[in-house]
Amino acid sequence: MRFAVLMFPGSSGMECVRIIEKFLKQPVSKVWHRERDLSNYDVIILPGGFSYGDYLRPGALAALSPVIDGVRVAAEHGKLILGIGNGFQILLEAGLLPGTVLPNNHQQFRCGIQRVRVEQRETPFTREYQVGEVISLPFAHGHGNYYCDPETLQSLQKSKQIIFRYYGENPNGSLDGIAGLVNKTGNVLGTMLRPERAVALGAGFGGERIFTSMLRFGREKGVI
Amino acid sequence: MLSEQKQPFLEPTPEEICEKRLYQKMGMTTEEYEKVVQHLGRLPNWTETGIYSVMWSEHCSYKNSKALLRLFPTEGPQVLQGPGEGAGAIDIGDGQAVVFKIESHNHPSAVEPFQGAATGVGGIMRDVFSMGARPIALLNSLRFGSLDKEDVRHLLKQAVAGIGYYGNVIGVPTVGGEVVFDPVYNETPLVNAMCVGLLSHGDLQKGIAKGKGNRVIYIGASTGRDGIHGATFASEELSEDSEEMVPAVQAGDPFMGKRLMEACLELVQAQILVGIQDMGAAGLTSSSVEMAAKGESGILLNLDAVPQRDPEMTPYEMMLSESQERMLVIVEEKNVAEVHRICQKWEVQSVDIGEVTDDGTLTLIHKNKKVTSLPIKTLVNAPMVYREANEPAYYQSFATVDPVQELAGIEVEKAFYQVLSSPNVASKRWVYQQYDYMAQGATVVSPGSDAGVIAIEGTKKFLAVTTDGNGRYVYLDPKVGGAIAVAEAARNLVCTGAKPLAITDGLNFGSPEKPEIYWQMTGAIQGMQAACLTLETPVTGGNVSLYNETAGQAVYPTPIVGMVGLIDGPEKITTHSFKNEGDIILLLGNTLAELGGSELQQCITGQISGRPPQIDLEREKNVQKVVLEAIYSGWVQSAHDLSEGGLAVALAECCISGNRGAELAIKTDLSPLTFLFSESQSRVLLSVKVDHLEKVAQLAAAYQVPLTQLGRVGKSQVSVTVNGELLIDAPLCKLQQTWEGAIPWAMSSTSS
Repeated sequence: MRFAVLMFPGSSGMECVRIIEKFLKQPVSKVWHRERDLSNYDVIILPGGFSYGDYLRPGALAALSPVIDGVRVAAEHGKLILGIGNGFQILLEAGLLPGTVLPNNHQQFRCGIQRVRVEQRETPFTREYQVGEVISLPFAHGHGNYYCDPETLQSLQKSKQIIFRYYGENPNGSLDGIAGLVNKTGNVLGTMLRPERAVALGAGFGGERIFTSMLRFGREKGVI
Repeated sequence: MLSEQKQPFLEPTPEEICEKRLYQKMGMTTEEYEKVVQHLGRLPNWTETGIYSVMWSEHCSYKNSKALLRLFPTEGPQVLQGPGEGAGAIDIGDGQAVVFKIESHNHPSAVEPFQGAATGVGGIMRDVFSMGARPIALLNSLRFGSLDKEDVRHLLKQAVAGIGYYGNVIGVPTVGGEVVFDPVYNETPLVNAMCVGLLSHGDLQKGIAKGKGNRVIYIGASTGRDGIHGATFASEELSEDSEEMVPAVQAGDPFMGKRLMEACLELVQAQILVGIQDMGAAGLTSSSVEMAAKGESGILLNLDAVPQRDPEMTPYEMMLSESQERMLVIVEEKNVAEVHRICQKWEVQSVDIGEVTDDGTLTLIHKNKKVTSLPIKTLVNAPMVYREANEPAYYQSFATVDPVQELAGIEVEKAFYQVLSSPNVASKRWVYQQYDYMAQGATVVSPGSDAGVIAIEGTKKFLAVTTDGNGRYVYLDPKVGGAIAVAEAARNLVCTGAKPLAITDGLNFGSPEKPEIYWQMTGAIQGMQAACLTLETPVTGGNVSLYNETAGQAVYPTPIVGMVGLIDGPEKITTHSFKNEGDIILLLGNTLAELGGSELQQCITGQISGRPPQIDLEREKNVQKVVLEAIYSGWVQSAHDLSEGGLAVALAECCISGNRGAELAIKTDLSPLTFLFSESQSRVLLSVKVDHLEKVAQLAAAYQVPLTQLGRVGKSQVSVTVNGELLIDAPLCKLQQTWEGAIPWAMSSTSS
C-alpha cells in the first residue's frame, strides 16, 4: 500500500511517516502542499500539527492548498483518507467531512490519553476492532469540540458514520461524544485522536489497529 | 521610561545626552558613560549610547555575575561546547550530541505573562537550533505567588497558556518541569524555559563572523518597535512603572518560529554557514557585535536593508528592537543565493544587510550616512562591577531556631493531608496537560515523574531531562541550597535510570547591588560549584536574571538546575510508581531531624526558618551509585527521590501513580512527624522484589549507605505505623483525590 503524508507549513507529519516506515513497513512519501496529483497513492494522511499556525481558524488556510484538490479526487476514487487532529480540522474546512470543531469547552489546550469506544467495525479503518471495544488513544488539541447541526447529527447516527466515541470523560465537549467519523462512503476518516502516537506508546493501547485495519483492507482489495 | 518617544522624535544631540545625563534613562551609570567617552575619544550619539547601554547591561555582559560564574567547572570529557555560545553541547556517543540551555523570561512574564512566557520558549529554542540542533524537548521552571490571590492565578493561567502555545504550535514536547508557589513570588514570578536539542557532531555551529567580505544575511520576521530596551528592562527591578514597559515586551509568532527553525536547520545541513546567531536580547546589536567579537572581525550593516515594520524606524530603534523570530547568518558571497533559495522554500524572508570587515569596528549606515562607528572590543568588555557581600541578619538569627521543636505536637494525619494538598506537592496535571508533552512521538516518561524521558530516534538510547531548584533552602543557607539544587537534579535523573551528564544553570536573584543579595549569589554559586565537581556534571551554559524584586522586596534566591542524563537501554528506564503488590519498600539514605525550610514548616507556620537540610556530597554520590547499579542489575521495580514533603509525600506519589497501596512499619528514634516529613537529602525510596532484597542490601552496604526496610507494596490501602502506632490509614482513592484535586480546586475559584 502506498502512503502519502501531506506536509503543510506548520504540520508535524514526521510522526506519521515514521510509523508507516517502521511499524507498517509500507512505502511512504511526504507530499508538499503545493502538489496536486495524488494518483500514485492508496492512502493519504493529513497529519496533526498547526498548519499555518491555526491562523483564521484551524485548518482553514490549509483547506485552500492545491493538494486538497488531489485529496478530493482521491476521495471520489475511494482511496483511503485519514485526517488526524489538525488533518481532521482541514477535512472539515474542506467540506470532505460534515460539521466543524469549536474551541474545547473548557477553553484550554488539553493533552492526555483518552479512552474511546469503537462504534463500528465495517469501515476500512476499524476492521481489526470489535464493536464496543474500549481502547486508549493519545490526544493533544485546543480545538477539538466537534459540532454539527441536529439534522447532520441525525444523519451521521443513522448512516453509522460515527465510528469512535469518547468513553468515560469527554475531553473537549464534542457533541454526542463524537471522537471520530467517516464520510457517507466510509473511506474518509477524521479524528482528533492521535493513533500514530499510540504506536509509539507501545502495545496494549489499541490505537495501532487503525493502521493495521487499513492494511487489512488493502489486502482484501488486493492493493497489496 | 522612553515613553515620551513618539514620532516625530528628534534624537537628542551627543551634548544633550551628556549634559542631561539621558544615558541614565537607558540604565547606564555616569561612570559607565564616562568610560564610553574615554573609549571613543568623543561623545557618543543617541544610537551609540543605546548600543553601549544594552551591551553593557547585566543581561548581555554579566558584569555583576561574571566573577562568580568563573567558579563553575565547565570541562569534562563529555563537553563538546561549554559556555559562550548560544547553548552548550555534550557528547552522547555514536557521533551524536545534545545541545541544551535554560533561559529566564521573568520580567516580561510579570508584565504580560502570556507573551512573556511564550517568547521565553521561542527564544531558548532559537538558541538551540542556532547551534545546528533540532529541538526535541522543552522544560520549564516556574515560580508564582500564593494561589489565594486572583492576580497570581491570572499570571499562572496566562504564563502556562503562553508556554503551551509556543511549544505546541512549533511541535516540540514539553516533557518536564516544576512549578513552585510561595508568597515571595506574589509580585515577581519567575519563568525559566529550557530547550534540549539533538545533532550530529559535524553539524555543530558557532555564532561567529569572520572572513573579510563575507555577507551578513538577516533571516526571519521584520523588525518592529517591540522589545526596545528589553535587555535593560530585564536588568532593573520591577516597579509601578513596569506596566509602562509593556512595549518592551515582545510578541511571539510560533508559526514564524517553526518556519525559521526548518529553514535554519536546512541551512545547517547545506553546510554553507560561517556563523549563525539568534537575535535575542538586544537583537541586531548583540548578535552582530558578539559574532564579530568572536571572529576578531568588524561588521558593517546597511540599516536601510533591514526589513522594517515601519519605514520610519530610526537606527536606534532597529538596533535595540527585540522583535522575535529573527536570525543573523554569515556566509561566503558565493552561497548567498543558496540561502535565499532555502529561505524561500520555507516562506521566510532573507536579506543581505552587510558584510564582515577586518577593522574591528561596528559600522552602521543609514540613508547613506555613517551613523555609528564603535570599536567592537569595547562593546563586549563591559566594565566589571565588583559587589560587596554581607551576611544578612536573618541568617544569624535563624541559627538558633529549632523547627522540630516549633512543629512538635502537630498531628501526623492532619499534617499529611495538609502537605499533600499543598500546591507545591499536589499533582501538576492542571499545568502539564496544557502542554503537548507527546509531540514528536518520542516521550517515554511523561511529566509528573522525577524526570522526563525521551527516546533518541534510531538508537536504543534515551535522554532523561529535569529542572530543579529550591529557593527556600538557598535562602536559609545559600551554599547548602546551591549544592542541593545540583544534587537533587542528578538524583532525579538517576531515579529514572540515567547517568547525569551536565547542567545548565538558571540563576534568579534579587538586586546584586544589595550586599545581602550578593552574599546569597556568592554562596549559591559556591555550593553549585562544589556539587558539580563532586558529581562530575559540568556547567555548559546558562542564564543570569538579577533584579527580581518588586518594591524592594526580593524573591528567594532561586538558582535552577537544568540537567541532562543518558539512559543506554530501554530496560534501564525506571519510574517512581509502585509496580507489584508484595514488593519490598526500601528507604536508601539517612533520615535526620531536618525540618528547616520544609514543606511541612511552610504549610503549618506559613513561613520558613532555621537551617535547611544539610548535604554530604560524597554520601550523595554513593547513594546515586547504589541506585544506578541496582537499576542496571535489574533489581529495582521503582525509584523515587525524596524531596519536598519527605517520605510521606514520596510514598503517596509512588502509591498514587502506581495505583497500589502500601503498608509501612517504621522504627525510629525521631518523632514520627519528623521522620515522615524531614527533608533530609540523599535519600531514595525504592521498591524491589523479595528475591532482590539481599542483593540491594549488599550493594548499599558496599557503598556504606544506610538501607532501611519500611514495608510492602499493598492493594488499595495506605497505612503507616511508626514505633507501633498506626498514624496513617487511608484508602488510596482518598489520597488520590486530595493530591489531584488541590490545584484544579484552587484555580476554579477564578472565573474562567
